[in-house]
Amino acid sequence: MTPDLTPDVTPDLTPDLIQDQAQDPKWNNNVEITDALVKEHGLSDDEYSLCLTILGRTPSLTELGIFSVMWSEHCSYKSSKLHLKTLPTKAPWVIHGPGENAGVIDIGDNQALIFKMESHNHPSYIEPYQGAATGVGGILRDVFTMGARPIANMNALRFGTPDHPKTRHLLSGVVEGIGGYGNCVGVPTVGGETNFHPSYDGNILVNAMNVGLADQDKIFLSAAAGIGNPVIYVGSKTGRDGIHGATMASTEFTEDTEEKRPTVQVGDPFTEKLLIEACLELMSTDMVVAIQDMGAAGLTSSSVEMASGGGVGFAFNLDMVPQREEGMTPYEMMLSESQERMLIVLKPGREAEAKAIFDRWDLDFAVIGKITDTGNLTLTFKGEVVADIPTQPLADNSPEYDRPWVKTEPKAELKAADIAAPSDMKQALLQMISSPNLCSRDWIWQQYDTQVMADTIQKPGGDAAVVRIHGTDKAVAITTDCTPRYCYADPYEGGKQAVAETWRNLTAVGATPLAITDCLNFGNPERPEIMGQFVGCIEGMKEACEILDYPVVSGNVSLYNETNGTGIHPTPAIGGVGLFNDASKMVTIAPKTEGEVLILIGETRGHLGASLYLDVMEGREEGSPPPVDLALEKKNGDFVRRQINDGNISACHDISDGGLFVALAEMAMAAKIGMDITVDNGNTPLHAYAFGEDQGRYILSVPADKAEEILATAQKLGVNMQEIGKTGGDELTLNDISPLSISELLDTHEKWMPSYMKMG
Amino acid sequence: MKTAVIVFPASNCDRDMIVALEKTTGQKPHIIWHQDEEIPPVDLIALPGGFSFGDYLRCGAMAARSPVTKQVIEHAKRGGNVIGICNGFQVLTETGLLPGALMRNKSLKFVCKDVNLRVDNNDTPFTNAYSEGQIITVPVAHHDGNYFADEDTLKALEDEGRVAFRYVDTTGEATKAANPNGSQNNIAGIINRRKNIIGLMPHPERLIEDIQGGSDGLGFFKSMINAIN
Repeated sequence: MTPDLTPDVTPDLTPDLIQDQAQDPKWNNNVEITDALVKEHGLSDDEYSLCLTILGRTPSLTELGIFSVMWSEHCSYKSSKLHLKTLPTKAPWVIHGPGENAGVIDIGDNQALIFKMESHNHPSYIEPYQGAATGVGGILRDVFTMGARPIANMNALRFGTPDHPKTRHLLSGVVEGIGGYGNCVGVPTVGGETNFHPSYDGNILVNAMNVGLADQDKIFLSAAAGIGNPVIYVGSKTGRDGIHGATMASTEFTEDTEEKRPTVQVGDPFTEKLLIEACLELMSTDMVVAIQDMGAAGLTSSSVEMASGGGVGFAFNLDMVPQREEGMTPYEMMLSESQERMLIVLKPGREAEAKAIFDRWDLDFAVIGKITDTGNLTLTFKGEVVADIPTQPLADNSPEYDRPWVKTEPKAELKAADIAAPSDMKQALLQMISSPNLCSRDWIWQQYDTQVMADTIQKPGGDAAVVRIHGTDKAVAITTDCTPRYCYADPYEGGKQAVAETWRNLTAVGATPLAITDCLNFGNPERPEIMGQFVGCIEGMKEACEILDYPVVSGNVSLYNETNGTGIHPTPAIGGVGLFNDASKMVTIAPKTEGEVLILIGETRGHLGASLYLDVMEGREEGSPPPVDLALEKKNGDFVRRQINDGNISACHDISDGGLFVALAEMAMAAKIGMDITVDNGNTPLHAYAFGEDQGRYILSVPADKAEEILATAQKLGVNMQEIGKTGGDELTLNDISPLSISELLDTHEKWMPSYMKMG
Repeated sequence: MKTAVIVFPASNCDRDMIVALEKTTGQKPHIIWHQDEEIPPVDLIALPGGFSFGDYLRCGAMAARSPVTKQVIEHAKRGGNVIGICNGFQVLTETGLLPGALMRNKSLKFVCKDVNLRVDNNDTPFTNAYSEGQIITVPVAHHDGNYFADEDTLKALEDEGRVAFRYVDTTGEATKAANPNGSQNNIAGIINRRKNIIGLMPHPERLIEDIQGGSDGLGFFKSMINAIN
């Protein structure tokens, strides 16, 4: 039954309105709005004055709560949006860029990929299992709310140093939470990256990405339309979990962080699975006008976005909201971040038909209101109006700050000659591949169902994950990358590199890179040096996106990632998506047979500044990062991709963290085939040549009969290349370094993480 | 060959099973919702993998009590073929159609990886396309695959050749290191005495085309086609 909500009710917001059995009188609507209460809600004086202007009166508590979450950093992007606007977001294949729940790109045949990456950092630090699990749940909803079936999960994780007392617990909980949620909903988690660095000791990063597949003529948006249309609530019931989650994500951590545990939501992947199926079933009909998931700030942000997006008003009867707990106040209902909930505008008269679908899936279904022509979000509770806010000004007049920033001073370049050679190159390589940041991630990946849906054709461990587009020859390649130590040393170069590395990883499997999603994790934007890091990274990303023709289609900003005044390394995690029209062209990092010729593409200068070698072998974090020459990047990458697509290449691996020798070892380990390598390092010290992290490089493994032609083509096109050896045997021989058996490499590479986790 | 795939709430390998059956038999399976009380006459019923009812209770315990499961039991009692993979295996042990139980993995963690399986009995409707002792590579992906049965049951399974698949290393030895979940005797899949029901933790339906990384799972489906047609 549709509640009768007369839109012309004059709000009477005198404090004696709501007298109820609410358990915590603090959240009753009748409390007096004091300066202290405003402050507690994180609104600045200017923001509160704007709130008063918009309302023309003092807000009720529920209204104050709504303004507070809508204008929180997390929901409003007030510190970042000025700079985000500069990022390239358009290309002929972009259907929807930033501004929708997720980005949408055209992959031909009326099909579209819908994807986004989002942070769940603060909750994951407080309660790693639930924080990470609900991060996955949230990003899934962002994707299926647009009409897509989720087909792949990815992530980008950053933990503190392994020696930090919390790291083991956090790593264990986060990985289990990601697996626990993704495995149950039946979406494969196909890869990601995991780093350790002391800057994340007190503030880990959990960035979850999802990619979904939709038909282009079945993409759903959130803008509400149709005066009188019913507004439906479906999914889980509303509880008190997650109240103030968005506000929490918008402040720094301090010593009392533990007290914030109640603000972490609890995930229910079983309900999410049912919700995916029920929503996709509903969306296969013609009943849906608009649909939006209830994410951060729950019912508040979903309703404000839907109403303001469509230029209409919503009138809700909060008594109709399915509730998990007794005595919930309007304030609590509007700010709850209970998971697995959706808000849907239906065509009129279709309620019964829609309800039947949700009944079949055993999910709550409630008509909680209707669309009005007032432009206001009008909330009634027990017959009284408890909030009446014009949504357009609330959404459009959200604060936007041009926060002061200072440019990060560039670090001096570190000369290879100034970094001592290791006493034993063989030991150095073993030490590198067994270090926390380079060792095998099998311990993590084995906890994820990487193959459910039976379309995973490249599993984690390669340069990019590849998932076939169900029932076609097409496939999507996905990667997440960022090198925070580069971003810290030089935000501009680091921002460029993060984008370029995803492009390179997609290229290395043979895919055509199409677009990115970004998850920008930074410290406190109110500090000019942090804001400077943000501005620098954005500048670098912008340039890379432009030159590589690789726009940003969705993203998320997570600020205030600091604890007790110390910020994390700037971490603009990038999720790159590329396409294969013919999935059979894909290559992996594993050479297929003995006797293949190994070719190094790109120039090696031996850049050890800000490298992992410097960190692992010398315990230093110094120097400028390797610069990215984007023109060269494009030239080398286009050459490599062309060779892969022409079927000339047996295996390919990009060279990134740890440099050339680490990349060669990874290829040999993946294939369990040895290599005999002789590099011509010229005047560069061998350790710099071997472990330097110069950009834009790849190793190709090619059938012997193709090698000459490939080298000739490279030369003709002016692509820097060098034949460096052959595959064969069961040892990796690098110049005159004593050979390493593949089994020794594998043992060394695989042992660190399982033994580290066992020590807990 | 007529088949049916049962779908419980939060089954999630149902599509993989439907695709594999359609590709191998050439016929679309019937898709049966757990609340359906009728299953059309079929040669084979498949209980797919997933997390039926979230597996919040013991894995498979709720699904074993779904209305449709009565029909599955009837079908099995009539001698009809039933396969249960992963969560489906758990459902079969919960209904009592297969003996024993699947406990939490010894590691207490979910495990997803390719494992080597040895075909220990190829004289069944589900394994006849393999040779006896053949080693195949198939993925596992589960949290609760640690097979347990009492001593008498275990002895009966072994004596009667009812262990269809066993976790082994590349040389075919059932070693501790090759056991992904702590299962007794490295048991990966068992059949009932009448040989019309099989339950196994690994996922042959995920490996039926080379592009998926191998096609060792194909034999499982070919066996059923051989037996039924």
